[in-house]
Order: sequence, then structure tokens, then C-alpha cells
Amino acid sequence: MSQVEPSMSLSSPRMHLQLNLGQKTGLVLGFSGLLLQILAFAGVALPAPVLVLTLSLLGMGGGILLYGWASYQGKPAGIKNNGVWANSLSNRGLWGWISTLAITALYVLLYFFPQALGQGSNGAANTGLVGLFDPLSQFLKKQNASQWFVYGVLYTLGILVMGFKFIWKYRHNRYQVIRTCSVMFFQTGIAFLLPEFMQRLNQPYYDFKNMWPLDYDFFEENQMQYLLQSGGVGLFMIVFGVLMIFIVSPVLTYFYGKRWYCSWVCGCGGLAETVGDPFRQLSNKTLKAWQLERWLIHAVLVFAVLMTLATLFAIFHKNPTGYYVNSLGMAIISACIFGGLALLLWFRPQAFKGLNPQVKVAATAILAVLVLASASGYFLGNPDIFFVPSDWLKAWYGFFIGAIFSGVIGVGFYPLFGSRVWCRFGCPMAAILGLQQKFFSRFRITTNGGQCISCGNCSTYCEMGIDVRAYAQKGQDIVRASCVGCGICAAVCPRGVLRLENSALDVHTRAGEERVIRFGENGAFIEA
Amino acid sequence: MHIVIIGNGISGITAARHVRKLSEHQITVISAESGYFFSRTALMYVYMGHLRLQDTQPYENWFWEKNKIALKRALIQKIDHHAQVLTSHEGEEIHYDKLVIATGSKPNKFGWPGQNLGNVHGLYSLQDLEAMEQGSQGLKRAVIVGGGLIGIEMAEMFHSRHIPVTFLVREPSFWNHILPHEESEMVNRHILEHGIDLRLGTELQEILDDGQGKAGAVLTKNGERVDCAYVGLTVGVTPNIDWLKGSALEINRGILVNKHLETNLPNVYAIGDCAALREPQPGRKAIEAVWYTGRMMGETLAHTLCGQPKVYDPGIWFNSAKFFDIEYQVYGQILPKTPDDQANLYWEHPTGKKSIRLVYEKSSGAIKGFNLMGVRYRQEVCEKWLREKTHVETVLQNLGLANFDPEFYPQHEQHLLEKYEQQSGKKLPLRQKRGLNAVLKFLQKAKS
Ligand SMILES: Cc1cc2nc3c(=O)[nH]c(=O)nc-3n(C[C@H](O)[C@H](O)[C@H](O)COP(=O)(O)OP(=O)(O)OC[C@H]3O[C@@H](n4cnc5c(N)ncnc54)[C@H](O)[C@@H]3O)c2cc1C
Ligand code: SF4
Ligand code: SF4
Repeated sequence: MSQVEPSMSLSSPRMHLQLNLGQKTGLVLGFSGLLLQILAFAGVALPAPVLVLTLSLLGMGGGILLYGWASYQGKPAGIKNNGVWANSLSNRGLWGWISTLAITALYVLLYFFPQALGQGSNGAANTGLVGLFDPLSQFLKKQNASQWFVYGVLYTLGILVMGFKFIWKYRHNRYQVIRTCSVMFFQTGIAFLLPEFMQRLNQPYYDFKNMWPLDYDFFEENQMQYLLQSGGVGLFMIVFGVLMIFIVSPVLTYFYGKRWYCSWVCGCGGLAETVGDPFRQLSNKTLKAWQLERWLIHAVLVFAVLMTLATLFAIFHKNPTGYYVNSLGMAIISACIFGGLALLLWFRPQAFKGLNPQVKVAATAILAVLVLASASGYFLGNPDIFFVPSDWLKAWYGFFIGAIFSGVIGVGFYPLFGSRVWCRFGCPMAAILGLQQKFFSRFRITTNGGQCISCGNCSTYCEMGIDVRAYAQKGQDIVRASCVGCGICAAVCPRGVLRLENSALDVHTRAGEERVIRFGENGAFIEA
Repeated sequence: MHIVIIGNGISGITAARHVRKLSEHQITVISAESGYFFSRTALMYVYMGHLRLQDTQPYENWFWEKNKIALKRALIQKIDHHAQVLTSHEGEEIHYDKLVIATGSKPNKFGWPGQNLGNVHGLYSLQDLEAMEQGSQGLKRAVIVGGGLIGIEMAEMFHSRHIPVTFLVREPSFWNHILPHEESEMVNRHILEHGIDLRLGTELQEILDDGQGKAGAVLTKNGERVDCAYVGLTVGVTPNIDWLKGSALEINRGILVNKHLETNLPNVYAIGDCAALREPQPGRKAIEAVWYTGRMMGETLAHTLCGQPKVYDPGIWFNSAKFFDIEYQVYGQILPKTPDDQANLYWEHPTGKKSIRLVYEKSSGAIKGFNLMGVRYRQEVCEKWLREKTHVETVLQNLGLANFDPEFYPQHEQHLLEKYEQQSGKKLPLRQKRGLNAVLKFLQKAKS
């Protein structure tokens, strides 16, 4: 090069997206299916609803399947990210914005204006889009559809067909194939079909894989009563839910990291991994985003815990003998939890070493508030332990966190901020599992010696916005609370640098030092 | 003290970062190519649309100011080592106390007729990539000359945009001066599988003008003509040091440096692709134009610059690459033709897309190298075996330690043991399966 050349257009490759015949057909088919739904939504009277619904679901599902198949068939298996940043759907271009608007609008209608979707109110028959789904709902559970049934069907369909596309795309990678089968199974079998069939058998609605605090109203009074009233099965569900929180989840997270839930089981995670896959590169990798993430997600966790505690105390206060646990029991449970934490701190101080002082102060403050609140509830007999009505807390949580954050923003903003906005910045479940993953788990991503070429594929395709490269290029293993163990960083790495691994030998020293180069007596070498 | 580094590639930047870790010296990094450090190895992914240019930058832009590393955009054209002053092409003078030359490489051109036509480029710099981007508009066919790592990357790049590629490789098989026969054959097959017009044993004769000063076709030495509007020249690289010719600096192909990376001039050092070791270690080359050695040199030199002189020792050779979809890793010494005193253990997957090769010394059984295609091995484990000259039978029985493939991937260790049995008649049990626990114990770095 003979001179300094400052301006270049490289950052916007002039690549043209070329669609093959299969992809085009898939798109036409998919949009035709979608059109039928839009017509129903718009209130157009459609003949033969069963046929229309079948055609539209088949059209959308089949269209995506065909598109996915046509995208990868006939090409040798391997990483298929060609043109990701040239496609306006996946580079925050026009189609990205259009889909954001459409999904966001759908969520707003679902949560706040179900009538607009055709949900019949006060016993009136369903019309529009919800009405279109009545036959399927009748078939599954002998009841008419609700807006949530429509949502459930579309959600499950999305995970299934985009799951197949994902599997086809990563067919060379067994970890990805098995993991995706798992999320498809848990969504279809456990989250969708099982509860629908249970309702058909007049049993309570319960999603076995959903867990407090993601399932934030698990401990809510109506929910508890609803389950308890349905007898043995309901009681089993409560016991199951509590066991999941206190036994199953900590044990599995210790052994495998939070991935067992976040990228293998969870429905939100399932959607992110499949429907959200085209958008994973849009997550923000800056240090600022990471700082925001840590404050936000833990704030939501604290909010969820406070809200739940308040709810429980209020229930027990109102109804001191109606439950197996009363406020004394609550106080004992709280004492066990806090005591357990204190013991851990006492016997395993190294687990907390290196914590940011700000974090220590915040954590101590929160613990103090929790202890004081529990005490105020128990000793003062105060039904509203935070001196505000628990219903009020619950309503705000439901509105801001449950609806706006996890739904509207969490999914609606896929095409702008990537597929894990909710999981990364908001999910209280992810926050708990993350804390455990960071301090008490065998899981980490190991870096293969000095093989990293700093290319940036891993960081770019990390949906959680983790700057994986920052660790890999220093030869450091990656121990991050937010890593959901999707394994995509390891898959896209062109030099085989990353491996998701578990070992109990070094739980507290996993986040090892840099080890690209060491200096020995003979000079520099890469040290084991 | 003012440390000036010419070149913001991996070697220059690594040196700067480590000088900052070790000292408060003033640091200036100069580059003609780009404002910020980016990963040259990732250029292909920008073209293919996997990454944006900013995604190839390993550090955020605030990093440099925060760490007080001054970045400067200039082309240096002259060095006055008496006055310790550099002069840029705009005539600016920059004083240094210590100078690090890390100017990298440039693509080779071997004097072919037509090599300076428009749309004839190597692939090294951002500017080359820009040329490729421009040249790709409406391109009907590209010809790539030179079957090495960058050539095959370029083929993959054009292919990703559905541009037909003719790939001229002088050797009878791809990269066969590095890869053993079977691996080289595997890559040949894989290139063809992607629909690339691979012409083995074919040399470039001449590039023909399209009448407007641009490439219009190539002629091969076999007398074939291939019409094309872009020619990629990927026949290796040489140190980018033309501007130093005629200076007091001792150079042959590269800037000559001793084991402390010092040149013949006081306070002047050279690292990375542009440096040539006066005394390379046995079995190693004087110039090793790879990312890893550049990084190691940068870190080593930083210590020397900060008053803790260190000897450059690149350790045991390793490298990696990717041929379209097939990953490649090598640890230790793998020669294309195994010498007589060494033996091979080679296993290939029935799909012909994965293979594992172990090379060991016949007399002592000491392991010499690992060559992996489509399989990932753990560097630290292989390195420990190589450094300790472990017996091949011990390696084989513990081969699971080296396995770095993702979870649930099929494990191929047993196949190697079977091969060994076929070759030696000795049936050995596999003692160690894949797993991190065992690896940590083996590397003895597990602390309670
Ligand atoms: C497409 C491609 C793919 C590669 N892939 C791999 C790989 O997978 N693995 C691997 O190990 N290696 C790979 N390499 C090689 C590797 O990138 C180089 O070995 C490495 O980048 C060299 O680093 P460096 O710091 O020595 O020099 P460079 O990265 O070349 O940096 C030198 C810088 O100095 C600037 N400069 C030069 N002269 C002057 C001057 N007079 N004034 C001001 N500035 C100047 C240049 O413009 C350049 O920016 C690849 C190379 C290319 C081109
Ligand atoms: S670090 Fe890797 S495994 Fe973890 S979330 Fe990011 S891409 Fe997935
Ligand atoms: S770990 Fe792999 S993907 Fe990430 S920067 Fe390094 S080489 Fe690239």
C-alpha cells in the first residue's frame, strides 16, 4: 500500500441476497398462511374454519420448513452464516423494523386488548383470530380458544418449525441437534400438550417445566388455591414445583450450569434458540451493556423475591391455618435460606472472592431488607411486610416485568437487540441460576491454549452478548453468570478454540488466569 | 520513555498492551492501514457477511485512550537511527526512544505479465478486501492463483456470493508441501464438493487485459485460457519492508533479529511477520508468518522493552486453519513426507471428512506430532506429551485426554488403537476417555 486510504465502504458489504426456488416457494407458502390469519384477524368471514385454520397453520409451518430446507440442502454441512449482515431482516434493516413492529403489536394486543384479536368477553362467542382457533381448542380440550391458546399454538409452532430449520442448519453438530430436540420436546409436550390434555381431563392447568421465579405467580393465593382445590394432582404439582426450585434446579445447575434449563428446557429460551436464531448476532457486546445487564437483571430478581415474600406473608396472615405452611413456617424457611447463605460464606469464602465491593454492599442491603421485612411480618403481625399492599406489588410486577419486559420487549425486540433481551436483562430465573453458575457450578467454557485468532465469530454470535473473544484470546476460560451454554460460540469458532465442559476439581478457581504465554527458564512458551 | 511501534497488527498491539501492563512508558502505535486494530484473520468473514468490520476489532474504541496507547494514522517512510526520528509520507517527524517495527507482510507477486492490471489483487489488507468487494459487483468468474491458506479462503469468499471460481494450484495436490498426502487429498475432494473449478498442477502464465486496463482472462502454462474479471494472487507473502531497503538496518528477506528480537541498530526491534530470526530453533523457520508467533513475539518483546529481557522461544509448533467446512489443527512436527525414522498412525472417517494422524519416532516411540482434520484436540495436553517425548503407546491409551470435540460428538480414540493393533500387532486398552476431570489432573493444575 502506498498511501493512507481513510474511507472505505467495507462495513456495508454490497451483497445481494439471492433466494433459490425452494426458498421463494417457502416464502410464498408461509406468507399465504399468514395472510389467512390476518384475514381472520381483520374480521373477514372465512368459510369452513377447520379447513382455513389447517391450511393457514400448514402454510406457515410448511413454508418455514421448506425455506429452511432449501437454504441448507445440497450444501455440505458446516457453519452457514453467509450474508447474515447483508440481510435486512437480520441486520436491523427494513424487514427487521417491520417485524419488530408486527411482533410488538401482536404482544400488545395479546396482553392488553385481547378483544381486538376476537376474544369473546362476558361469555360472548369468539370471533376473529381467536375464533379461528376454536376448532383446534375444542379438539384438544373441549373448550373454546382464548387469546392465550392462540399464542400457545403459534409459539409452539414457531419453536417446532424453526427448530427443524435450526437442526438442519447445525446438522453436523450433535450438541446442537440434541439440545434443539430437547427444547422442541419440552415446549410441545410439557408446556403445550400436557396442560391442554390435563384440562380436558378436568385437571388443573400446570406447566411442569415452568418454575418460580420465572413463573412469578406460582406462590400467588389464587394459584395455590386453584391447585389445592383440585386435590391430589394439584398438591403433587405444588410439591413438584417446590422441589424443582429447591432441589432439582440447584443440583442440575451445579452439575451442568444453567444451560440445563436456559437452553435445554425453558420455553422463553426455546423460542430464543429457534425463532430467535436469525437474530442472535444483534446482542450488544459492549462493556456498558454488560454493566447495565448486571444491575437490571438483579434488580428484577430482587423485585420478584420481594413481591413473592409479600404475597406469601399476606396469604398466611389472612388465613393462618388454611395451609400446610404458616407465617412461622415462612419465617423458618427464610431463616434456613439466609442461614444457608451465611454458612456458605463462612465455609467457602473463596466462592465469593473477587466480588465487586459495590455488589457486596448491594447484596448486604438487600439481605438486610429481606430479614427486616420477614421479621416485621412475623413479629409485628404486619400483613403488608413492605407497608404497601402486596396486590399492588404483584400488579406492577405483572405489568412491567411479566407483560412489557418478558413479552413485548423480550420477543418483540428480537430483530433489534437479539434473541435474549429478556433472558439477559430481565429474567429472575436466569439471575438465580447465573449466580449459582458463577459461584457454585462445575460448568465453564474452556479455551484451547493459544489457538484463538481473535476473529470475533464467538462474540458476534453469542446471543447473551458475552465478549467470548476477550477471554479466548488471553487463553482464559469463560465463567460468566449469563452464559446459557447454547454452545454456538464453540460451534462457529473456526479454530476449535472453545469447549463447554464440567469438572468438580476446580469449582472455585475455574475463572483461571490468563495463560497464553508463560516465561520459563528457557524463555516464553505456552503453558499448560 | 517514548516507545513507538510501527504497525497495529497483532504483534505491534500485543507489544503495546504488555508494555502498558508492565510500565508507564509513553506508547504510540502507527499504522497506515486502519485507525484501530482489527483481526486480519477475520477479513474473509467480513466479505462473507458473517461479521461487520467492527466485529473484527478485539477491543472497543475507548480501550486505547483508557490505557494511554496513542494511535496514529500515518505511513512511515524513513528512519534516522542516529537522531532516533521517523518521517512520515506527509513529512511529519516522530521522535522515538525505542522503536518497534511490526509492519507485517505483503502479498507476493512473481513478475507475471499483467500482474499490475486492475482487478488483480492479493488478499492481505483492508484495502485489498475493499478491492475485492468492488471487483465482485457483477463478477461472472474469479480466478485464484496459489493453493495456500489464503487462496482457499478466497475461494470460499467468492463461493459464498455464488461467484464461480477457478482455483489454480501449481502443486499436484492442495498445500502438499505442508499437508501429508491423505489430508491434502481430503481437502482436494472437499474443494471439489463445493463446486470449485480446482485445477491442480496448473501454473499461471499470464493475465490478459480486457482492453480497459483490467483483468479479462488468464492463460495457464498448460495453454488453457480462463475468462474472468478478477484475479486473486495468493502465492504467499513476504515481509513488508521495502521502505527500509538501503537503510542501516540489516535485512535479508526480513529484518534480522537476535533471540531478544533486537535488530543490528540500537533501540530498534522487529517482531511479527516482518522479522527474520538469525538463529531459529531447530526445525523452525526464520520467518513464521502466523498470528500466534506474532503474538508471542509481541509479549516477549514487551518484557525486554520494560527492562526484563526475555528470550523469544516460540515453544512447540502449533497452527490451525479451516478449509471450507473442515477444521485443521496441528501440534508438533508433521512433515508432508514422514522421514524414515518416524512412523505414522493415520485414521480417516468413512465420510472422508475427518482424520487423525499421530507421528512418532520408530526407535524410541516418542510422539512427534498430531495432525487433525475435522477433529479438535486439546493443545495443552498434546503439548505436554510432545515436550515430555511421551511414548506413543502411553499417548494412545490416554488419547481421550486430548479430545476437545463438543459434547455428544462421537469419540474416535478406539479407532486409533485399532490402527495401532493392525500395524504393530499389539492390542492396547483405552484407559482414558474424554473428560475435563482427568485433564485437570493430568495437567496438575487442579487446586482444591
Ligand atoms: C486473509 C488472511 C488470513 C490469515 N489467517 C491466519 C490464520 O488463520 N492463522 C494464522 O496464524 N495466521 C493467519 N494469517 C497471518 C496473520 O494474519 C499474520 O501473520 C499476522 O497478522 C501478522 O501480524 P503482524 O502484526 O506481524 O503484521 P500485520 O498484521 O500485517 O500488521 C502490520 C501493520 O503495519 C502497517 N504498516 C506496514 N508498513 C507501514 C509503514 N511503513 N508505516 C505505517 N504502517 C505500516 C500495515 O499497514 C499493517 O497494518 C492470515 C493472514 C491473512 C492476510
Ligand atoms: S458464551 Fe457461548 S455458550 Fe455461552 S451463551 Fe454465549 S454463545 Fe452460548
Ligand atoms: S475463540 Fe474462536 S471464534 Fe472466538 S475469536 Fe477466537 S478464534 Fe475467533
